[in-house]
Amino acid sequence: MTRYVLRRAGQGLFVLWAAFTVAFFVLYLLPSDPAALVASGGGEVSQVDPAQLAALRAEYGLDRPILVQYGDALLGVLTGDFGDSYVSGAPATTLVAQALPETLKLTGAALAVAVAGGTAVAVASVFPRARFLRQALAVLPPLGVALPTFFVGLVLLQWFSFRVPVFPAIGNEGAISLVLPTITLAVPAGAQLAQVLSRSLRGTLGEPYVETAWAKGASRTRVHLAHALRNAAIPAFTVLGVMVGGLLGGAVVTETVFSRVGLGRLTVQSVNQQDAPVVLAIVAFSALVFVVVTLVVDLVYPLLDPRIELRTPRGASRRAAPQRATAVNA
Amino acid sequence: MTLQTLTRPAAADASAPGPAATPARADGAGRTLRGARHVLRRPGLLVAVAVLLLVAAWAVAPQAFTAQDPLGGVPADRLQAPSGAHWFGTDHLGRDVYARVVHGASLTLRTTALAVAVGLVLGSLLGLLAGFLRGWVDDVIGRLVDVLLAIPSILLSLAIITALGFGPVKVAVAVGIGSVATFARVMRAEVLRVSTSVYVEAARASGLRWPAVLGRHVLPNSSGPVLALVALDFGTAVLAVSALSFLGYGTPPPAPEWGALVSGGRDYLATAWWLTTLPGLVIVAVVLAANRVSRALEKTGEDQ
Amino acid sequence: MTGTPVTDAQATDSPAPEAPVLEISGLEVAYRAADGSTRPAVRGVDLRVGAGEVVALVGESGSGKSTTAHAALHLLPRGGTVTAGRLRLDGRDLSDLTAKEWQAVRGRHVGLVPQDPTVSLNPVVRVGDQVAEVLVIHGLARRADARVRAVELLRQAGVDDPAGRARQYPHQLSGGLRQRVLIAIAIAARPRLVVADEPTSALDVTVQRRILDHLDSLVRETGTAVLLITHDLGVAADRADRILVLQDGVIVEEGAATRVLADPQHPYTRRLIAAAPSLASSRLVIGDDRGPTTDVERPEAPSAAEGTASPVLALDRVRKEFALPRGAERRTLVAVDDVSLAVGRGRTYALVGESGSGKSTTARLALRLEHPTAGRVVFRGQDITAARGRELRALRRGFQVVYQSPYASLDPRFTVEQIVAEPLRAYGVGDRAERADRARALIEDVALPADVLRRGPRELSGGQRQRVAIARALALQPDLVVLDEPVSALDVSVQAQILELLVRLQAEHGLAYLFISHDLAVVRQVADQVGVMSRGRLVESGAAEQILLDPQEDYTRELVAAIPGRRAVQRLETA
Repeated sequence: MTRYVLRRAGQGLFVLWAAFTVAFFVLYLLPSDPAALVASGGGEVSQVDPAQLAALRAEYGLDRPILVQYGDALLGVLTGDFGDSYVSGAPATTLVAQALPETLKLTGAALAVAVAGGTAVAVASVFPRARFLRQALAVLPPLGVALPTFFVGLVLLQWFSFRVPVFPAIGNEGAISLVLPTITLAVPAGAQLAQVLSRSLRGTLGEPYVETAWAKGASRTRVHLAHALRNAAIPAFTVLGVMVGGLLGGAVVTETVFSRVGLGRLTVQSVNQQDAPVVLAIVAFSALVFVVVTLVVDLVYPLLDPRIELRTPRGASRRAAPQRATAVNA
Repeated sequence: MTLQTLTRPAAADASAPGPAATPARADGAGRTLRGARHVLRRPGLLVAVAVLLLVAAWAVAPQAFTAQDPLGGVPADRLQAPSGAHWFGTDHLGRDVYARVVHGASLTLRTTALAVAVGLVLGSLLGLLAGFLRGWVDDVIGRLVDVLLAIPSILLSLAIITALGFGPVKVAVAVGIGSVATFARVMRAEVLRVSTSVYVEAARASGLRWPAVLGRHVLPNSSGPVLALVALDFGTAVLAVSALSFLGYGTPPPAPEWGALVSGGRDYLATAWWLTTLPGLVIVAVVLAANRVSRALEKTGEDQ
Repeated sequence: MTGTPVTDAQATDSPAPEAPVLEISGLEVAYRAADGSTRPAVRGVDLRVGAGEVVALVGESGSGKSTTAHAALHLLPRGGTVTAGRLRLDGRDLSDLTAKEWQAVRGRHVGLVPQDPTVSLNPVVRVGDQVAEVLVIHGLARRADARVRAVELLRQAGVDDPAGRARQYPHQLSGGLRQRVLIAIAIAARPRLVVADEPTSALDVTVQRRILDHLDSLVRETGTAVLLITHDLGVAADRADRILVLQDGVIVEEGAATRVLADPQHPYTRRLIAAAPSLASSRLVIGDDRGPTTDVERPEAPSAAEGTASPVLALDRVRKEFALPRGAERRTLVAVDDVSLAVGRGRTYALVGESGSGKSTTARLALRLEHPTAGRVVFRGQDITAARGRELRALRRGFQVVYQSPYASLDPRFTVEQIVAEPLRAYGVGDRAERADRARALIEDVALPADVLRRGPRELSGGQRQRVAIARALALQPDLVVLDEPVSALDVSVQAQILELLVRLQAEHGLAYLFISHDLAVVRQVADQVGVMSRGRLVESGAAEQILLDPQEDYTRELVAAIPGRRAVQRLETA
C-alpha cells in the first residue's frame, strides 16, 4: 500500500516535470520575442530600439542558451520560483496565488453542481418507465456538451441580469455573483459526466447481474440505484481528473464573460501580453491539480471497485488516460 | 454416421443463417446504397447531415446564400431586430448578421478543419506506432500522452498561442495539438484491439507478412472508430476555435469569425439579443450535427 | 405452428402430476425489432411442471427456450412481449399481474439460476450480502439475521467454508463456486419453482456434473419444481424426468426422458439425438458409395504403430512459461509443462483438457505462434524450434489453423473469396484469376454454394463461417491442420456436420489433425490418439479407444464420467 502510494506519487512527479518541460519549450523555443513585446509596451514591435531590446534580453536572461535557461527555470521551480512577470514585474507565483481563491470558489461550486446535476440527469434518463420521458431526458447530455461556454454565459446574462435583473452581470461581490458563472461552468462538465454515466448505466442495466437482481424480486429503485448505479459510477468516477482540469480551462472563458477576477482572467491577460513566466506558472499549476486529483481518484478507486488491487504494475499511470477518450467519445 | 449425412450438402445449415445475416452485398456499391438508406431512415441524422452540408456550402460559396455585404453596413439600419430583410438582424454598424455568419463560415471551418487535420495526423501516427510496435515505443508515447492529458486542452492551446502569436492558422495549430492525445489514445487502442484479434492471428498463421497484415487488416479495421472521432473532434474543435476567437485570438476584426461575432454582441446584451444568440445557435447546431454524425459512425462501427 | 407436438402426457410412463406447480398454456412471445416489425419467438407453448419434477426444455439457439424461461419470471428482454397465453403458479393465475406484483413473486415463489455465473453476480457486493438480499427484499429476515441465514444457504448450496466465502467478492471465487452462490440465491426464499437457464454451459464438465448433482439433490429434498433449459440433450437426458423439445418456438416433442431418448417420434428430435456427440458412441467414418456403414475400422488404416513412425508433427518435451506481472506471488506461470506428442500423417491427435489446462498454448506452440521455453518442435522430421523469419514463413505453408470462433477469425471487411484466397496471395501463388478459381474449388470442397464467394462473413451462419475458415486452412494444401475447438461455438446439429466435413477432408487430402477440445464426447467421434491435459501436463495419452473406454488415471476417469448423457445411456442399456 505505502509502496504503491509512493510509486504513484513518483509517477505524478514525473508527469508534472514533463508537463513543465513541454510547456517551457513551447513557450521559450517557439518564434516569438517576449523582450520585443515588453519593450514595445503594447505598441508596434518594429519601433523598438535594438539596444534597449538587448538590455531587456539580458535582464530576463533570454540571451543565454535555451538549455541553460531551462536548467535555471527548473531549479527555480524547485524553490517555488517561476520567475517574474514581464509586465508587472511581480513574481508569477504571487500573481497565481492572488488570483487563485476566487477561481477555487467558482470551480468548486461548479464541480458540485456538475456532479449533482450530471448524476441526476443520467439516472433520470434511464429510470422512468415512460419511454418518451427517458428519450426526452436523454437528449440533454449531448445538447449540453455542444453548447459553447461563452454562449451559455451570455444567454444567462441576457435573461437573468438584463431582462430579469436577478443576478449581477459582472464582478466578484458576494455569493450571488457566483450563481450565473457557476451554472455556466457546470453545464459542459455536468453534461460530460451525464454522458459517461448514462452510457455506463445503460451498459450495466443490460448486465446479467442486473437480471439476477430483478429475478430476486428487487424493486425498480433498488435495481437502478443499489445495483446499476453503483457499478456504473466506477468508470464515471475516473473522469473526475479530466473534469477538474476542464473546469480550470473553462474558467478562462467564464471569468472573461462575467468580468470576474481570477486565474482565468489572469491567463487571458498573460496570453494577451505574451507574459510567458505567468502562463508557465498557470500551466504547471493546472497540471499539479490534475496529478493530485488523479492520484486521489486512484487511491479511492479500490474502495468503489473491489476488483482493483493497489498494486497495479506497469501502465498504472495511464489509467487516467482511457477515461478522456470515453469522456469525449460518449 | 451414415453416408446420407456425410454427402448431404451444407444446405441444412446454409438455410438457417445466423441472426446477424443480412441480405446485402459486401461490395462497394452495396455499401454506399446501404449507407444512404441508413441515413434516410433516421430523421435526426438526416437533419445533422443537412446542417453540415449547408454550412459547408456557406463556406464554399457564401455569395450564393446572401447578397448582403458582410463588412460594409448601412448605419441607418443599425441594431435592427431580425426581419424578412435581415434574417438575423443587424449589428451596431448596420451590417447584416446573417451575411456575416454565412461569410464567417469559411474562416471558422477552415481553421477547424486544419485543427482536426493536425490532431488526426499527429495523433494517429503516434497511436499507430505505439499500438503496432509496442514495447518501449509504446511506453514513451504513452507517457507523452499522459503529459498532454494532464494539461487542460484550452490551457495547452493558450500556451501555444502565447508563443506563436495570434491568427487563424496559429489558433488551428494550437487547437489541433490540444486534441493529439485523444487521437493517439483511440488509434492505439484500436490498433491493439485489431492486431490482437483472432483474424489477424489467423492471417499471420497463414503466412501473411507484417506489412500486409497492417495494410490489409489492421488499418482498415481500426479506421472506423478513428473516423467517428474525427467527426466528434470536428465538433469539439468548432467549440475550441470559436472560444479562442471569442477571446480575441483569431482573425482580427472586422473579419466575421463566429466566436468573434458572438463576442461582438456582448456590449448589446440588454438591447440586441440577436447579436449573440443567433450566431451562437449556429455554432450549437454545427456541433450538435457533428456529434450526431459521429454517433452514427460509431454505431456502424459497432455493428460491424 | 406445425401441427400438434408428439406427446405422451397421457401415457403411463409420465408422472403426470395432478396439481402442477407451473402451468403455461398457449404462450406466445414476440420481439419488436428496431425497424418496428415484430418477430415471433415462441408460438403457442404449453408446459406443466409438477412438484419435485424436473422438466427439461431442449432446443438449439434461437428455438425460444430461453424466452420461454424468462416469460415464466416475467423478465423478457427489452422489446419482448407476451402476446397470448396464461401462466399459472400453484393454481394462481399470474398472467395479469402488474410490474409491482411481479416483484413479490420473483425470488419468493420463482427462483432463477442464470446462464453464465461469471457475470451474473454483482461484482462490487460481497456474495453473502447478495444471498441475504433476497431475504431482505421479501421481508423474510432483518438485515443482520439475513446475513446469518445467507451463510447457511451457501452451505446448503455446497460452498465450502461458507462463512469465509460470504465475505468475499465474486471475482475471488471460481466459476463453479459462483454458480453455487447463484443457486443459494435461487433457493433462498424456498420458492416453489426454480428456473435453471443453461445453468452449467459456461462451466467445465467435471464442475458441471458436481453442480447438477447438487441441484438435483436440493430440489428432490424440498420438492421444488425445476424447469431446466438446456441446449444439451445429454444434460437433459441425465437430469430430467420429462423432456420437451423446442424448435422455432414450437414444442415438437414431449415425453418422459427415457421415452424421448429411446424412441424419438419427431424427425427433429431424431436429428438432434443423432447429432448429439454425447449420445453417439463411435467414431465418425467415411462410408463408401454403396451405403451407410458403422464400421469402426477406417479404410486404409495404418498399422498399430500409426503416427509414431514418421509423424508429421512431433512435440518433444515442450515447456512454456509466461512471465507474471511484478507483484504477483510467483514470477512465472507454467502453461505447458514437459509435453510430448506425435501426430501421424492422415491421423487425428486430440488434445483434451478443461479450461486453463494448457491445451490451447500447446496448439500455439505447435503452430510456432508461441516460442517454447524448452523442448523441440519437429515438423516433417525437421527441428523447427529455432526457425525464424523467411524460413518460418516458408514452413507455415505446411501447417494451418482453424480457430474456435468463426465469428472472430474472419476479417469482417473481407469477402469470402478474399478470405479463402488470402494465404495464396501471401505466398504469391498464381495470378488473380487462378486464385479466384482455386477459391471457388475450395468453397466447393467444403460444400458451400458458390454464391457465398462474393458475400461477407457477417452474412453467413456460424456453420458456414467455420466452413470458410476450413477452406482457408486448406488453401495451401498443408500436411497438418491445427483445429482449436473447431466446433464448440456451434449448435449441435451444425457441430455434427462440421465434424463430418473434417473427417471427409482428412480422408480425401490425407491431412493430419491436431484437434484441441474440452469435449470428450466430440473427441470420441474424430480422434485416433488422445492426450489428456491437466494443469499444463499431459496426464495420460494413447489410442482413443483405450483412453475413452479404459482410462488409467483418476483425472481421465473423472472426465469420462462427467460426459453428459452417459447416465441416461447407461439407464437405457440397463432397462
